[in-house]
Amino acid sequence: MHTRLSEDDLAFQQEVREFLATAWVADTELQERIRNHDTMKAGMIEWQHRLNEKGWMAQHWPVEHGGTGWSVTQGFIFNSERAAVGAPEPIAFGVTMVASVILAYGSDEQKARFLPRILNSEDWWCQGYSEPGAGSDLASLKTKAELEGDEYVINGSKIWTTYAQYADWIFCLVRSDNSGRKQEGITFLLIDMSTPGITVRPIDTIDGFHHLNEVFFDNVRVPVENRIGEEGKGWTYAKSLLVHERLSIAEVADSKRALHEVRELARREINGGDCLLEDALFAKRLTDTEIELMALEYTELRALADIAEGKPPGPESSLLKLQGTEIQQAIQELRMDVVGYYSQALQGDLNTEQFGHDVADLAQKLYFRGRASSIYGGSNEVQKNITAKYVLGL
Amino acid sequence: MNFNLSEEQGLIRDSIERFVADNYAFDKRNATVAMEHGFDPAHWQQFAELGWLSIPFAEEHGGFGGGPVDSMVIMQEFGKGLVAEPYLPTVLLFGGLLQAGAADSVQGELIPQIIAGELQGAFAHVERQSRYALADIATRATNQGSTWTINGEKTVVLNGGAAQKLIVAARVSGEQADEAGITLFLVDASDGGIERTTYRMTDGQEAANIRFTDVAAEAVIGGVGEGFALMREVVDNAMLALSAHALGAMDYLHAQTLEYCKTREQFGVPIGSFQALQHRLVDMFSACENQRSLLYRAVCAVDAGSEDAERSLLALKVMTGKAGRHIGGEAIQLHGGMGMTNELPIGFYVKRLMLINTLFGDADHHQRRFAALVNAPAAGGATARSQAA
Repeated sequence: MHTRLSEDDLAFQQEVREFLATAWVADTELQERIRNHDTMKAGMIEWQHRLNEKGWMAQHWPVEHGGTGWSVTQGFIFNSERAAVGAPEPIAFGVTMVASVILAYGSDEQKARFLPRILNSEDWWCQGYSEPGAGSDLASLKTKAELEGDEYVINGSKIWTTYAQYADWIFCLVRSDNSGRKQEGITFLLIDMSTPGITVRPIDTIDGFHHLNEVFFDNVRVPVENRIGEEGKGWTYAKSLLVHERLSIAEVADSKRALHEVRELARREINGGDCLLEDALFAKRLTDTEIELMALEYTELRALADIAEGKPPGPESSLLKLQGTEIQQAIQELRMDVVGYYSQALQGDLNTEQFGHDVADLAQKLYFRGRASSIYGGSNEVQKNITAKYVLGL
Repeated sequence: MNFNLSEEQGLIRDSIERFVADNYAFDKRNATVAMEHGFDPAHWQQFAELGWLSIPFAEEHGGFGGGPVDSMVIMQEFGKGLVAEPYLPTVLLFGGLLQAGAADSVQGELIPQIIAGELQGAFAHVERQSRYALADIATRATNQGSTWTINGEKTVVLNGGAAQKLIVAARVSGEQADEAGITLFLVDASDGGIERTTYRMTDGQEAANIRFTDVAAEAVIGGVGEGFALMREVVDNAMLALSAHALGAMDYLHAQTLEYCKTREQFGVPIGSFQALQHRLVDMFSACENQRSLLYRAVCAVDAGSEDAERSLLALKVMTGKAGRHIGGEAIQLHGGMGMTNELPIGFYVKRLMLINTLFGDADHHQRRFAALVNAPAAGGATARSQAA
């Protein structure tokens, strides 16, 4: 039992560090573009181009489609180093989510048509799963697909669609059959967002940024060739996507960086002459979170080790999303607490000097957006139900 | 012993409830908060006409002569409705400081104006470096004869944009964090040496950073160098009122979440039928009741001037922060995606509770104060360490 890296892995780690130093760390202008909501899309595309030029855009794809072909350990090294410098992962909807379904179940034509454009960030994807009446109970979705000739006609709506306002394509679960169990009769479609009949309506959220949307389909005609696999098998494909979802779902490395940032913020914060970091109550809360994160780090490593040996991840991996989001939220809360009065003040258009605080804005953004992480992708309550049922056999 | 409201207090509660029902539907609230300074001056006039602005003031200045229970009733109802008008900064802080420390002539001039709804005020005490330390004050006041001149900057001054008069905590002597040497000054907000930068808080109310350059004080509030005790007293009363406000918001969030869980259907049943969620709704309910109990405890102790007052008040502020965070977090989570939207008022109530947690010091800050108070050796007693020595 050990966690030593091989000589090759150490050399790879060095290569990753060198790449990040020039492509990310040195480019504060790019970092600012991505941080700024108004320029985020263009900034992310630029960042993804840099990853792609290096051949590192598609971590989990096979080499023949332009993937990295990395070992599990290499993927882990990359993610750790990436997060340590605060660089983002590529937007997941394309390269991670829909691509894994296309790779597993798409036709050769679909692979040839969509994968290169994802690799080059030519298409921005979004995910059309949830509906107003189908959240935790996703399989009760109602958006209707009726086959007319060689086209499906889509009517209905999707909700909580992240970045639909930027998207060129949406991958959707639609109901093509009502006769059987609700998990049957669901079809997986790829839909061009410029098709007539699609309307995107923004959802105003508590973090004040426009990222969520409703997407309405009014007699939207989708060619049958945009269907993944067989009609009515969409639920199986969608479930496999959840299994294939990125191994870094717990975002351990990102949380390590965030915790480090909070510690340094607390170190400069003085309360009545005493440093906040040296305060016993704050120190306890910070270190409670750190100890949980240290445990989660090894839970993730254990899951990765199983995969590296070709075994399915063990039952402990079901805790990754649950614990990962709880820790993220605990760190977000600590960051707000460090900021104090200013944690509730909105900077708006004021500069830092006028406003009087340099991290309040970021702390709020992370905190309020972070409330969603225990809701999306299957709420944490649903995760616990799944763990109870399928892991513990209850 | 009883925890009932008097008939008069019941009438105040009912009239605020009616006001909230008539004026604070969610879309109306949003329109109110979007107004200049984040509230509706017409509402403020209505408050004056209904007598709410007179409640804590002495009868000799035209007030109602109310006590902590009366302020509790008002603030709790304002909390339920998420009322935006600046009752805390103008009436309880600015007015409270005037009443506690200003010369009779100043009280006689300004308190009737507050009661009539003609005067907005604010209390400027926070500074960039001060965090929650009430005595950490670098703003300086110097005197030539009887004239005091103020230089420095205050931040996150609630209602600092609308305020026509300010009470400013400034230092006349001592080191930056000393309690001695702090003095409270009344200044006119239109003074040429005042520069205000306004912004909004997360719950929509307006705050300001205020820079003072050779600003002449209109009056000293309380004794020179003795402002800290005055601040402490008025801030303690304000914390009590804020905790009542928080309870109103908590009750609202619990009621709305309960209703949502009874009506939102997934898997063919209301999600409230799931035991895991039932337990969480019970935990939210427990948190609301703990808040109510500590509030009643503190309000009774403060009203009676009992020796339990300080301990109860500190415990209450800790609970206000902790229960507020718990209830706010659960309200969002149990509303699912809807809890993330501004289509429901949930997020605004959560933000108000988070804001209240920070005011005058958060839950951790007050837990430290609580520990220092209750862990202090009894008079004549000795700690293990001093015995060992």
